[in-house]
Amino acid sequence: MSPRLYLLQRGTAMVMVPLVIIHLVVIVMAVQGGLTGGEILGRTRGNIAWAAFYSLFVFAAAIHAGIGMQTISREWFGLGNRSATIAGHLFILLLLSLGMRAVFGVYGI
Amino acid sequence: MSAAGLTRASRAHWGFVAAMVHRLSGLALAIFLPLHFLSLGLAFEREAFDGFIAWSNNPMVKLSEAFLVAALAVHFAGGLRLLAVEFFGLTRAQSIWIASAFAFGVGAGLLFLLRAF
Repeated sequence: MSPRLYLLQRGTAMVMVPLVIIHLVVIVMAVQGGLTGGEILGRTRGNIAWAAFYSLFVFAAAIHAGIGMQTISREWFGLGNRSATIAGHLFILLLLSLGMRAVFGVYGI
Repeated sequence: MSAAGLTRASRAHWGFVAAMVHRLSGLALAIFLPLHFLSLGLAFEREAFDGFIAWSNNPMVKLSEAFLVAALAVHFAGGLRLLAVEFFGLTRAQSIWIASAFAFGVGAGLLFLLRAF
């Protein structure tokens, strides 16, 4: 892992410390009472603050997971340096695109 | 100590166990994330989203969700351990205790929230 990747990995981890705590609370509260899809979307739609919160979360998680997957691809899946780097970048792009699509869908922005 | 002996000794070391748990929980989360985002993306198609939420009430799905929430809490606590060692100068033993205490605290808090509403 290069110094740049190391800092990005640890930096995104630090950013996510408060985000994960809040997300864990949101998860527990969201599943109370067996909600329907309509009820969930009724509460989330148009909520800009939560959309911004989860957009930041998606960006930090995508970078963090992409770097982790790059390391695992090299150490466990036997990919070369170059292939592992490409795999890591593709994973970041995948998470960014699917994650932001989810944010737009759930918050209706 | 021989290389093989050193490897055996490392495997039994708490730091190695913590690193493995951290990696496996991270891998589980990384595999789950695209599926999580894909399912939430169904919000664009209302009927499909309702169907997905109904499906998620299945006990097996709930069990998997509980496993993923636990993986997130464990990976979070393991990450705090790493940050404590690397940026705050704590020893490994101290940081493992702190992370364990934190994981316990998060678990207890979540359990309370589950019962409270």
